[in-house]
Amino acid sequence: MGYLYLLSSIFFILGLRGLSSPETARRGNIFGIMGMIIAVGATLADPAVLSYGWIVSAILIGGTIGTVVAFKIEMTALPQLIAAFHSLVGLAAVFVALAALYNPMAYGLGNPGEIAIASLIEMALGMVIGAITFSGSAVAFAKLQGIMSSAPITFSRQHLLNALIGILILALLVNFVQTQILLVFWILIFAALILGVLIIVPIGGADMPVVISMLNSYSGWAACGIGFTLSNPALIITGALVGSSGAILSYIMCKGMNRSIIHVLLGGFGANTSEIASARAEDRQVKTGAAGDAAFLMKNASKVVIVPGYGMAVAQAQHALNEMAGLLKKEGVEIKYAIHPVAGRMPGHMNVLLAEANVAYDEVFELEEINHEFSTSEVVFVIGANDVTNPAAKTDPASPIFGMPILEVEKAGTVLFLKRSMASGYAGVENELFFSENTMMLFGDAKAMTEKIVQVLSQ
Amino acid sequence: MNKDASDIVERATGIANQAQSISEEAAALANEAAQAFVQSSTGLLGVGPTFLELFTIFVLACFIGYYVIWSVTPALHSPLMSVTNAISSVIIVGALIAAGPDGVGFSKIMGFIAIILASVNIFGGFIVTYRMLQMFKKKNTRA
Repeated sequence: MGYLYLLSSIFFILGLRGLSSPETARRGNIFGIMGMIIAVGATLADPAVLSYGWIVSAILIGGTIGTVVAFKIEMTALPQLIAAFHSLVGLAAVFVALAALYNPMAYGLGNPGEIAIASLIEMALGMVIGAITFSGSAVAFAKLQGIMSSAPITFSRQHLLNALIGILILALLVNFVQTQILLVFWILIFAALILGVLIIVPIGGADMPVVISMLNSYSGWAACGIGFTLSNPALIITGALVGSSGAILSYIMCKGMNRSIIHVLLGGFGANTSEIASARAEDRQVKTGAAGDAAFLMKNASKVVIVPGYGMAVAQAQHALNEMAGLLKKEGVEIKYAIHPVAGRMPGHMNVLLAEANVAYDEVFELEEINHEFSTSEVVFVIGANDVTNPAAKTDPASPIFGMPILEVEKAGTVLFLKRSMASGYAGVENELFFSENTMMLFGDAKAMTEKIVQVLSQ
Repeated sequence: MNKDASDIVERATGIANQAQSISEEAAALANEAAQAFVQSSTGLLGVGPTFLELFTIFVLACFIGYYVIWSVTPALHSPLMSVTNAISSVIIVGALIAAGPDGVGFSKIMGFIAIILASVNIFGGFIVTYRMLQMFKKKNTRA
């Protein structure tokens, strides 16, 4: 049976390895599925596993829910779906830890109340991380879904409170390991759930990509903790893979915003600055244009770079955008897409949204690949993005986004900004580029405006 | 003088003997502790992997994760997230063991719920990953 778990771990590693390129990715996903089937099959073959009725019905219930949700979900809602999924992994870890505590014999951990210290520590750690993952992801889900405001919630002595709860959890953990009192374990669960909520509430909407990656990481470590409890290498290996994956993604996201993980965790970013910015913007002149101007400019360019942001996704403009790109290509214009690492609400979100609109992935470029090309582009078409193009990140040390790597669109001949209004972006920072000589603002709904451009182009 | 010297020698021998017996006791205790540790860290029926072995696996797996994840192309970070989410639901293994035994008890119900939760993730995670990956197409293969 141990060999089967090993095989399943190998399949998981191969599955992740497949994601190194879109060509091998589908095969990677199938490897992942095979790994899972082997792991579940090996466990079902265990002679101690008898009540197949319960198990099959549980898998059917869960599987049906998962399948329906996964087929129905809109790709724009992907971040909240992933957050919800993370919370389920966390909750499952809590339940498994509870099951192991109340019936340790089934796991070969000895009699209730006489569990070895090492197992107790692993069990409690797995549970605590699981509980934090669960409640934290639930809050992240609520913020992304718009059930609660995405603005950071901060109050005085917040960090002190978090630290105290952290210490309390540690003390309870030590106490539980020594006494094995079940009530202590329940209090521990409760404290961990509260801590999970408190960790996520101060983090603002702009930092959501980091939060999701971080919770992804937590869900892996929770699986690891349970793996140690059950002495199951497959669970440990998988947990470690997922844990490091989430950690690396968090790091990449933080780098994309030039923010340290500590700052993200302490939270409060993006609060109360938007008012000042919009007040300042009112008495300044910007050059505005209509769909016809934009169509004319782009048609006569030899290269147009499109910079999509989350605003494009919200307006569901990606299909109209692809149509526009298609018409321009017929006119002999070279089209490229430029994607900032933190575009969208989760890592790689914008790539998925473009792929959904049938944009070929070899026309889509990452920041480092495309930045040197802006100076040779006649036109840049920025749709629903703002902060990721703001030159203040390079020039203004006082700006909250200073140091963030940006798409250097200002180097292009003309910058077309398709925006709903002059409002500042998620970071609440005004963009100097709006007032630049070579910028033309196209005010309107991203989808409606793009459709108008398509109309003009197809005449 | 002579008497004093022999007195000192006698006392020294006494102390040496005491020290020896203490060190023997300490050795015995250490031995016991070591055995207790081995017992506490062995898994199923005392023949499973030790904590050290599991920890070795864990650390090595972290290294594999580090190198494998850095090789994932940034364009596929969303599918990476959904697929890692699906495979972290391998925690279902623990839930199956809890729900496995005959009869109904607290642990079994916990296991039952955990299987449902993990299944949502497994099916949902792999399917959503599949859907995303289906969309990634090259220029020439586009419809």
